[in-house]
Amino acid sequence: MNIPRKNIRNFCIIAHIDHGKSTLADRILELTDSVPLREMEDQILDNMDLEREHGITIKSHAVTLLYHAENGQDYIFNLIDTPGHVDFNYEVSRSLAACEGAVLVVDATQGIEAQTLANTYLAVDAGLEILPVINKIDLPSAQPEKVRKEIEDVIGIPADEAPCISAKLGTNVGEVMEQIVKDVPPPKGDGNAPLKALIFDSYYDSYKGAVAHIRVFDGTVKPGDVIRMMSAGGEFTVVDCGYMRATKFEPAECLSAGDVGVISASIKDVREARVGDTITLAANPAKKALPGYRPAQPMVFCGIYPADGAKYPELKDALEKLQLNDAALSFEPETSAALGFGFRCGFLGLLHMEVVQERLEREYSLDLITTAPSVIYHLKLTDGTSIEIDNPTNYPDPSKIAEAEEPIANAHIYTPKDYIGAIMDLCQERRGTFIDMDYLDTDRVDIHYELPLNEIIYDFFDALKSRTRGYASFDYELSGYKKSSLVKLDILINSEPVDALSFIIHSDKAYPRARRMVQKLKEKIPRQLFEIPIQACVGGRIIARETVKALRKDVLAKCYGGDISRKKKLLEKQKEGKKRMRQIGSVEIPKDAFLSVLKLDE
Amino acid sequence: MGKSSSGPIGLYIHVPFCRSKCPYCDFFSLCGAENLMDDYTGCIINQINFFSEKIHRPADTLYFGGGTPSLLGGRRIARITEAARRAFGLNGAEITVEANPGSELSGFMEEVHAAGVNRISLGLQSANVEELRLLGRSHTPCDATRAVQSARKAGIENISLDLMLAVQGQNKASLINSMDFCAGLGVPHISAYILTLEPRTVYWKNRKSLRLPDEEASAGLYLTTCNELEKRGYHQYEISNFAKAGFESSHNLKYWHCEEYLGLGPSAHSYINGRRFHFESSLQKFLHGSAPVQDGEGGSFDEFAMLRLRLAEGLTDSACRERFGMPIPGRIRRAAKFYESCGLTSCWSGGFRFTPHGFLLSNTLTAEVLFALPKTPSSAPYNT
Repeated sequence: MNIPRKNIRNFCIIAHIDHGKSTLADRILELTDSVPLREMEDQILDNMDLEREHGITIKSHAVTLLYHAENGQDYIFNLIDTPGHVDFNYEVSRSLAACEGAVLVVDATQGIEAQTLANTYLAVDAGLEILPVINKIDLPSAQPEKVRKEIEDVIGIPADEAPCISAKLGTNVGEVMEQIVKDVPPPKGDGNAPLKALIFDSYYDSYKGAVAHIRVFDGTVKPGDVIRMMSAGGEFTVVDCGYMRATKFEPAECLSAGDVGVISASIKDVREARVGDTITLAANPAKKALPGYRPAQPMVFCGIYPADGAKYPELKDALEKLQLNDAALSFEPETSAALGFGFRCGFLGLLHMEVVQERLEREYSLDLITTAPSVIYHLKLTDGTSIEIDNPTNYPDPSKIAEAEEPIANAHIYTPKDYIGAIMDLCQERRGTFIDMDYLDTDRVDIHYELPLNEIIYDFFDALKSRTRGYASFDYELSGYKKSSLVKLDILINSEPVDALSFIIHSDKAYPRARRMVQKLKEKIPRQLFEIPIQACVGGRIIARETVKALRKDVLAKCYGGDISRKKKLLEKQKEGKKRMRQIGSVEIPKDAFLSVLKLDE
Repeated sequence: MGKSSSGPIGLYIHVPFCRSKCPYCDFFSLCGAENLMDDYTGCIINQINFFSEKIHRPADTLYFGGGTPSLLGGRRIARITEAARRAFGLNGAEITVEANPGSELSGFMEEVHAAGVNRISLGLQSANVEELRLLGRSHTPCDATRAVQSARKAGIENISLDLMLAVQGQNKASLINSMDFCAGLGVPHISAYILTLEPRTVYWKNRKSLRLPDEEASAGLYLTTCNELEKRGYHQYEISNFAKAGFESSHNLKYWHCEEYLGLGPSAHSYINGRRFHFESSLQKFLHGSAPVQDGEGGSFDEFAMLRLRLAEGLTDSACRERFGMPIPGRIRRAAKFYESCGLTSCWSGGFRFTPHGFLLSNTLTAEVLFALPKTPSSAPYNT
């Protein structure tokens, strides 16, 4: 593409979930004639079914578009779509670093939400030009002027020129395009300096290996060059490079300072091409890498087991394949007395965990049992040593623990003021510490709490949604560790401890949770041939108990006339059903039961 | 797969006619189709001839079930029996006909006895008038007494009475009274079935308003039956069947021993030459010679064990060896041993059986014993 650097615009779209980011991206794609109309599918950048369904962007995507502006010149638009979720903040920050501008989409009916702010601050920190856009003006409840004022008051950027658009209908999207041309600065950089290219995303292609989405800041890279990853250290020979157009890859002779494109170099593992790493040339390396790289740090852990124990190799294979595309996913083999062989997996956060589980189940047709999620606890032992625990199985004898610390998150909840009471109740129940509260306008507030991370990773999102009828939004970041009073809660079924149901919990929460768990298990465990006590205990003391009564009658009395088909069908069904059961001592527990205790409704 | 048996087969004739439909019964039968009885009889005889040429094996039991076989009349029963004798030998065979005690049976008994029938099964259900009324049965206990006398007068001593357990209005006392009634008549065989609600019955439709004994009470009635019949000299040989020594139903034992049989008539099931198949539940289709539906291979170990475990003789090493060339697998034996401590099985060196408590839970218990999960292994099954 023979277009001068001054006509390149590298930008992203940032927004809260559902404010219309992907819809706007679709319209931009149309206005640049990048996608033939018949291939146009809603939210074309969200490739994964999951993304379309959740209405969220999980992976970054970048496309190179050609725009013919009103001034008669052609422009290259590099649109970098970013994940909108706090779990992927690091990925977001790297995508932002590849841009010079950000289109900030705010829903005219909702106003500013938690992630609007979080992402805007990231963009401001990255030094981007922010172009606010007020979306969804076609809706009857739209209040564009109120939102315009909110942007100015809360974010503190001028919004008098913010276009009022309807991404859905395409209204005024052209204005956005012209503003991008006018206000987003062209990329700087020196095409002759040593190569510095930022990896802001990577994916695995079964033919090409790991393919990196890069933004070139200095220098030039072309096929045949030997490149070096400045943090990971690997060296590879570039096989091809080019632009990711909306529907296909377009090879290029080289990528130079200012360009956004993709590069492949027979890299076998995405972990060799980590997001945030800097690519340089082995022959003429840059002195210093681009700032901001950090390896992905899992914060939430859980055990993942195949529902059918024989599917262990398939699960292993699927995790390995997912990891090819997801450097943030960690896993290692783990054995549970209750669940057999599985994996202890680490995730960036709850959404990341859910996404991985759903992909394993959908894309790899696996039936999974997951254990309760855990965070990393810091324990000081009486012998003076310190340990980190993310698995209840490794929880030491309580007498050996001198002091325990748990991770604390800094949480912001944005809500209409009607729900302040409900939210404060919820945060109080979740052992939150109130920090402060700001009115965003006369109606909406930002409630700031310190919340233990282990209270967030259970069903906090669900509880928040149900108590605010979906109006509140929520964002958090890890702020550190605090001293805490922790206990390990064990569940005994027929007097046998079930390791997969154990978890670490604050001592104040142990009793109510124990009660709910044994009740739920009683509902979920079918009556069997003998009575089954279900007990919850802390440090050897039983704190809750329920009993599953024994079956009394279960017989097909009449099996004659030679028709044994019903009995046979039942037997086959029972045989099949056994695969979905886990044996604890002499008791069989359905897969369901393990899952149900993860979702204990209030 | 075990070897298919090559001995004599059993022959079952399903007679799909009833005067009225009992509200709890889901067996295939038609009311008011008496005009089709001659066609039906002809068709059964054709099928007997057709299959005898195909199978080339003798039969040593014949069983007329239903429906209400007595409704077919003695002469048609005699014609079918005669055809079966020509086709399948029936040397020294047990030949059973089910009969409804509500009708006048003396002529019928004479006719079928003359044709070679030597066993009668009567649907008594209860000796309590109120229970019979709630079951929708039109006969009285006196009718049953008369039916037994008619059979005996005709020369048929091998008589079985059916009882139903856990029916509306039944309690322990009324149940014992029904058993005393049977024992008092001196019949050598009693079947006692726990009532099961079947879809597509009137009972099912009205299940909300039925006042059936609950699970606990039903269990109690069943255990009482096992106990009290034993006391009266009827030993339990199957979940629902009790007999004086030597009077067990040879025909029904074929099902539970996983031996082969040919079932003719709409809805009748067969197990021949290792294959299971059945005729559809449609008299029209049967009369038009519609081919039976294939149900695949029979006689797997699971099937064999499941059927055997309905019997008091239980699953034995010798039976497994004879059929599959190996004794009871160790995991099954261990599971059976575990449930002995719960009082559900009884084990000995050469096999095990279910106790009456175990029979009561046989659906679950059979699966538990046959498909016991292995304990979580202690070493990795795969390279991790």
